[in-house]
Amino acid sequence: MSFENFSFYMFATVLIGAALSVIFSRNPVHAALSLVLAFFTAAGIWLMLEAEFLAISLILVYVGAVMVLFLFVVMMLDINLNRMREGYWNYLLPALVVSGIFLAELIVLIGGRVSFSKPLEVPAAITVEGNTLQLGRLLYTEYLYAFELAAVILLVAIVAAIALTLRRRKDMKLVSTDEQFSANRENRLKIVSMPTEGGRREDPS
Amino acid sequence: MITLSHYLVLAAILFSISIAGIFLNRKNIIIILMSIELMLLAVNINFVAFSHYLGDLSGQIFVFFILTVAAAEAAIGLAILVVLFRNLKTINVDDIGEMRG
Repeated sequence: MSFENFSFYMFATVLIGAALSVIFSRNPVHAALSLVLAFFTAAGIWLMLEAEFLAISLILVYVGAVMVLFLFVVMMLDINLNRMREGYWNYLLPALVVSGIFLAELIVLIGGRVSFSKPLEVPAAITVEGNTLQLGRLLYTEYLYAFELAAVILLVAIVAAIALTLRRRKDMKLVSTDEQFSANRENRLKIVSMPTEGGRREDPS
Repeated sequence: MITLSHYLVLAAILFSISIAGIFLNRKNIIIILMSIELMLLAVNINFVAFSHYLGDLSGQIFVFFILTVAAAEAAIGLAILVVLFRNLKTINVDDIGEMRG
């Protein structure tokens, strides 16, 4: 067994095991950690496919950001696990039927494509230049608009996430801008007529 | 020799597992979100495998965009989940029937 075969089957086994652990684990924290393992092994598989930049960004973006977010949310929420697990196995048969049919269909579809069974020759330019340089060149020329759209999507996501979870506290000392803008002279300034210096003096005693 | 079919079958198995996960964990929104992430991962494996075996980098660009959109989706989904929990004190799917007429 060559090293390529060995590493592919090892990564595939770990990936499928981690995925099964995600859907079957009782504790959401364990499920999140299994998902982290699944992402790591998927990054290994992508390294075998010579997609180095994407493998690294999968680890950075998913394991570093998204899964940490998941773990934060899981730990912040107080979840009644026993109620969640009620009737867990009721839908096992439909799940097996649907996913089994889907898998069978896909495998029939893939098995018919013999032309894809042979790896094509990798062009020499890819191996010389490196994956990141080529991806960057493509991203900033041909896909520039899509790249900018992706940036806008991320900005909207940041604004939406903050706007959704922002909580206004009751005892916060805030200035009401409406009141400030609608203020005019009558609200703030009161003219009191007082006796002038030269007028009649009050007796202090 | 590892061929393209190996990767495609692996991705298909991963996708089917996450479909079963959505069926089984239909009460727990967090696990459903995780299953959706697994589905996206399976699709991304397909993209990367095709990109490698066809010698065309466009597939990897699409994986890049899928990663971006998936990160945004996870952030907004979890924010909605937090707001939901704050208002209803539960994230059980059965309890979230407020909009039913």
